[in-house]
Amino acid sequence: MVSPGYTIGSATTTSATPRHQVIAFIGMAVFFLVAPFFIYPVFLMKALCFALFACAFNLLIGYVGLLSFGHAMFLGSAGYISAHAAKVWGFPPELAILSGTATAAALGLISGALAIRRQGIYFAMITLALAQMIYFFCLQAKFTGGEDGIQQVPRGVLFGFIDLRNDLTMYFVVLAIFLAGFLLIFRIIHSPFGQILKAIRENEPRAISLGYKTDHYKLIAFVLSATLAGLAGSTKAIVFQLASLTDVNWPMSGEVVLITLLGGLGTIFGPVVGAFVLISLEHYLAQLGAWVTIVQGIIFVICVLTFRRGIVGEIARLIKRPL
Amino acid sequence: MKFTRTMTLAATVALAIGAGQAQAQYSDGTIKIGVLTDMSSLYTDLSGAGSLLAARLAAEDFGAAAKGMKVEFVNADHQNKADVGSAVARQWYDVDKVDVIVDTPNSGVALAVNQITREKNKVFLVSGAATSDLSGKACSPNTIHWTYDTWLLANGTGNAIVKTGGDSWYFLTADYAFGHALEGDTEAVVTKNGGKVLGKVRHPLNTADFSSFLLQAQASKAKIIGLANAGGDTTNSIKQAAEFGIVRGGQNLAGLLVFLTDVHALGLQTAQGLIFTETWYWDMNDNNRAFAKRMAAANKGIHPTMIHAGVYSAVTHYLKAVEALKSDADGGAVVKKMKDTPTNDPLFGQGSIRQDGRKIHPAYLFEVKKPAESKAPWDYYKLRATIPAEQAFRPVNEGNCPLVRG
Repeated sequence: MVSPGYTIGSATTTSATPRHQVIAFIGMAVFFLVAPFFIYPVFLMKALCFALFACAFNLLIGYVGLLSFGHAMFLGSAGYISAHAAKVWGFPPELAILSGTATAAALGLISGALAIRRQGIYFAMITLALAQMIYFFCLQAKFTGGEDGIQQVPRGVLFGFIDLRNDLTMYFVVLAIFLAGFLLIFRIIHSPFGQILKAIRENEPRAISLGYKTDHYKLIAFVLSATLAGLAGSTKAIVFQLASLTDVNWPMSGEVVLITLLGGLGTIFGPVVGAFVLISLEHYLAQLGAWVTIVQGIIFVICVLTFRRGIVGEIARLIKRPL
Repeated sequence: MKFTRTMTLAATVALAIGAGQAQAQYSDGTIKIGVLTDMSSLYTDLSGAGSLLAARLAAEDFGAAAKGMKVEFVNADHQNKADVGSAVARQWYDVDKVDVIVDTPNSGVALAVNQITREKNKVFLVSGAATSDLSGKACSPNTIHWTYDTWLLANGTGNAIVKTGGDSWYFLTADYAFGHALEGDTEAVVTKNGGKVLGKVRHPLNTADFSSFLLQAQASKAKIIGLANAGGDTTNSIKQAAEFGIVRGGQNLAGLLVFLTDVHALGLQTAQGLIFTETWYWDMNDNNRAFAKRMAAANKGIHPTMIHAGVYSAVTHYLKAVEALKSDADGGAVVKKMKDTPTNDPLFGQGSIRQDGRKIHPAYLFEVKKPAESKAPWDYYKLRATIPAEQAFRPVNEGNCPLVRG
């Protein structure tokens, strides 16, 4: 895996949170608080959902070194369950999102238990195969509505008093969910548990020789990543009032890899930046229709060839501090 | 120039306040028409760029500019994905101040846009999408379903085929809202007329390889294989059925939704003898031929389908209603005006719009000509029967539309 520009054991990766990361975080939070008054909130919500999705993915690839090529299954299936719960069972949005997230966690436990038995390309292929099975299930199952997806999902009223039909209200709820997920990942990475994950990434046999049951750690990381991806998917379904096959299909698994690489693999802020760049591209190039994917492909090639650490990774290298 | 500055300020404020509050007749001074369609995939020939062109021609013929109405167009490709389509629709209404969305082939996308249009109180004029739910259980006071629907196709084509002896059916169905609706509506017609449905198989949208589905259909020994799909899927399944010798083996194909462009893609050799229902054909009268000539000249020679004609007709009627109301701000009011006014345009002639949002006009049962019968390029159809307007569409009380129940 690509090393994110700093090594374990150095002063910057100890449990104490470096100050420049706190500053960067506050900067990001302030930006998101002000942004909806200048930028179309629905677009921002989409970007935030993808940012959380990519952060969850990055937890796995950036800090444990496991490349999952099936993360769409968590995003998509959580979206379906959340949409179904809100629409058919009449759940309030908070419970709908929770049930979607719980589904992703359960799915993550099952698929993770299978997948972590192998490494490298085999790990990626197992996750891809499982994701394709979930995709086929979503295509054929009655409740998912096939190509149409689940439409007209009510946004509902959060905790019984916050009406989510207003885009701005919805935005701040999404922002709260995103920040909570982001802080959780932030905390995980800086915890002793996170240190062991990084140790596994750098040298798994050595971690085993030190007495760590690496499979346990890998499985927990996988489930956490799946759960947070599911949280992103559930929220997305409520925001767009729609759960569709796009979110569970394999190009989505590829897109999250692209977002993470573009932003900076193994950096905390990278996936967020990557998501905003990629979603903006999709948004503003939508006129080009099928050409969007070609443009994305070219950007991917340029990114990998010229700045391999991603946008945030390169910045971190310049200021010689991890971001 | 203090006066000008005040005006500019006022205009800016009005723009900031948004649609409905503007000081001009029309929200933010222009009527903005969004053509949301398939620009790159399997429905692009039968709608696509031609739909945008047809909408432009409608505004031109209406003389919008001469009447002081500023009409603008935007268009986008929904890629046949409900999420892409609904995101575009939302943004058009929220940010780009689009007043009306037209066309939108793909019933899944159309149902999503239908809902958003209702929430935002705008106007949705459907020409491309087929599902009869749009004037049935999903009907909306902001939507008019213009050109055709699955009920019409099922009854027109299904009736004709069952009555000429095709009494056992096997369905090959596109697996989404449109395919399900078309299959369901046709099945009802077949069983009502004493026919039997032996089975059905569903294929994903935009399939390249139909072999396994066609072999199942062949093994069913049904007399008729009903193709409840459209566009590229229909042409692919007909071509591949020919390769499997299905028609030579004694089974017949019933294309439930076939467009002029599909016949063109298949070629008369393969398509000859197909029977299907449409509501408009370019070679029926002088008005239609004149329209086809203009469309073909500007659209790579592609002659217009009924969807293109429907877009033209719908935009014409919309502009008339907006002109009469002198406002486009309240989508519900515009649609109400459109329903209250009888329709009249060069392509569909006189017609009306029902309370459930169903546009009413005659339909035609066509048969594809044999290669020897075709005298000119795009001369493909011969008329078998005309279905009068009052019989062409589902009776208003059978659709379960909440707008007409109470």
